[in-house]
Amino acid sequence: MDRPDGGSSDRVQEVRDRAALVRRETIRLVGIAKSGHYSSVFSCAEIMAALYSGVMRIAEDPEWPQRDRLILSKGHVAVGLYPLLAERGYFPEDWLDSYTRLGSPLGDHPDMRRIPGVDFSSGSLGHGLSVGVGMAQAVRMRGYDESRIWVLLGDQELNEGQVWEAAGSAAHFGLGNLCAIVDANQMGLDGTTEETMSVEPIGGRFEAFGWDVVEIDGHDPDAILAQAEAMPPTTSDKPLCIVARTVKGKGVSYMELSRTWHIGYLSPDDSAAALVEIDQRG
Amino acid sequence: MERVEGIDVAPVPSGGSWDLAGMEKLSTSFVAGKVLVEMANEDPDVVVLTADMKFSNRTVDFEVAHPDRFVNVGISEQHMVSMAAGMASVGLKPYIGAFAPFVGLLAGEQIRTDLAYPGLPVRVLAHHAGIAIGFYGTSHHATEDLGLMRSIAGMTVVCPCDATATEAALRQTADLPGPVYFRLGRGRDVDVYDTLPAGTWRFGEAAVLREGADLTIVANGITVSAALQAARALVAEGVEASVIDAHTVRPFDAVTVAEYAGQSGRLLVAEEHNVVGGVASACAEALVEHGLADVRMARIGMPADEYSLIGPPTHLYRHYGMDAAGIEAKARELLAS
Repeated sequence: MDRPDGGSSDRVQEVRDRAALVRRETIRLVGIAKSGHYSSVFSCAEIMAALYSGVMRIAEDPEWPQRDRLILSKGHVAVGLYPLLAERGYFPEDWLDSYTRLGSPLGDHPDMRRIPGVDFSSGSLGHGLSVGVGMAQAVRMRGYDESRIWVLLGDQELNEGQVWEAAGSAAHFGLGNLCAIVDANQMGLDGTTEETMSVEPIGGRFEAFGWDVVEIDGHDPDAILAQAEAMPPTTSDKPLCIVARTVKGKGVSYMELSRTWHIGYLSPDDSAAALVEIDQRG
Repeated sequence: MERVEGIDVAPVPSGGSWDLAGMEKLSTSFVAGKVLVEMANEDPDVVVLTADMKFSNRTVDFEVAHPDRFVNVGISEQHMVSMAAGMASVGLKPYIGAFAPFVGLLAGEQIRTDLAYPGLPVRVLAHHAGIAIGFYGTSHHATEDLGLMRSIAGMTVVCPCDATATEAALRQTADLPGPVYFRLGRGRDVDVYDTLPAGTWRFGEAAVLREGADLTIVANGITVSAALQAARALVAEGVEASVIDAHTVRPFDAVTVAEYAGQSGRLLVAEEHNVVGGVASACAEALVEHGLADVRMARIGMPADEYSLIGPPTHLYRHYGMDAAGIEAKARELLAS
């Protein structure tokens, strides 16, 4: 079992390295599919990397009943999750090479029935927080008192009304074992989040629904690990929303906050250039 | 008979509520709450959810017995479905109740994506289905839910016709894999089955309630009792009709329907659903797939391009021919064709 052991420089570097792995593998795998969500993954690369660097309480057995669970409510970042699950040994590394090919377990959105380590199938935006509310209640009913449920949401996703049905009920049910992380990368498919359909103040909205809220720099491993250390006990009675301020496309300069890169495909030359940039900045 | 707005209707019993008019023997209330209490006594994983409808569906009976395993989500059916999915993924067995239009139609995508696609054992109790809620109007009717649910891979879809059948079906969900959509009425349905000896009601096996060589009537839900009544009335005219309770709409017992319809050559399907997409469609598929396209077929249900008139339920059933008189009349038409 992994437990947080503080934001030591080793752990900060571990998160940086793992985030670089997420970005590199995303470029490689989207190259197989020849279409994919590079920039949505890049904005939450550090967050996902940190979750799998000792923040989540998980074990060698991906089905360990008392584990923490992660729901990628923004399921289109699954391509960034797969390398982390493979790295943990939840499935063979060569599965990655089959990404999106006919019959592969690994598609653009994650399938819990086919991929060990995926806690819930997702892809239809707006569902994940509800699923998390159900899980958070169920682990309490089952007596898994240390288990925490993490839900990763996009910012434009907060337009979905079901998110707020879930948010209200999480506070009503007193689910201190539920943590929503909003990857506030400032963009949806059509443009900036605020232009298309505003969601700010994200923190204010969650507060109004009865949540505790913290804001962090979602690209700063130090800040993410420090927040992981400061998590409320799972037995507390207020859900927590972490608003992670991020940049869509972070790590590859021409993708950053670029509308045209929500879904895209890099030519081999552009991939090589992007990889150089990731290695330099990583 | 009285006439209301030009329609023949059964009289309201003296001092009775409009919703009891025309009913013979009534199930007093929903049995789901009571049955689930007993199931939960034996299985610690059973939990019950509802969406501000615990009195409408009597899940309040469950709340009283197992308050720690009862969750009221308020008016948020889509959230309830996804939440139940999360619970099931941790190992619980949620039974979730709400009006059919709101859980079966409004939350249809959540049922597809969060229950059926991952194959989670959530049981949806979609009550007040069809036009059972009468003058509440189209927003509160569900005459399309079978069409939607029937096309979802991995779903079991069942429409028990009375309290006894509902109880039998519920108990058989104890270890059934995957999600189940229960299409239920108002909980004041005429009793068809007095008793069901163990093992005589099974998911996926249509129940042949009456044998007759001249005509095959396929019904489910409220039309089962009406079909039996119609079949008995037709005897006086020398007509013997089979009556089949096609309670499981998915997986559909195409073999039984094809066998009986093939022998009689005439098939009448009566359902409280749009004539498109429900049991009639399932029967038509069964006939064609069994090489029986020459069977003469007639459908009773909501006309393809109509939403229901306003009216008390039994008056609407009379108007749309979903009661015994309507089935009898349609049967005569079909026999004469």
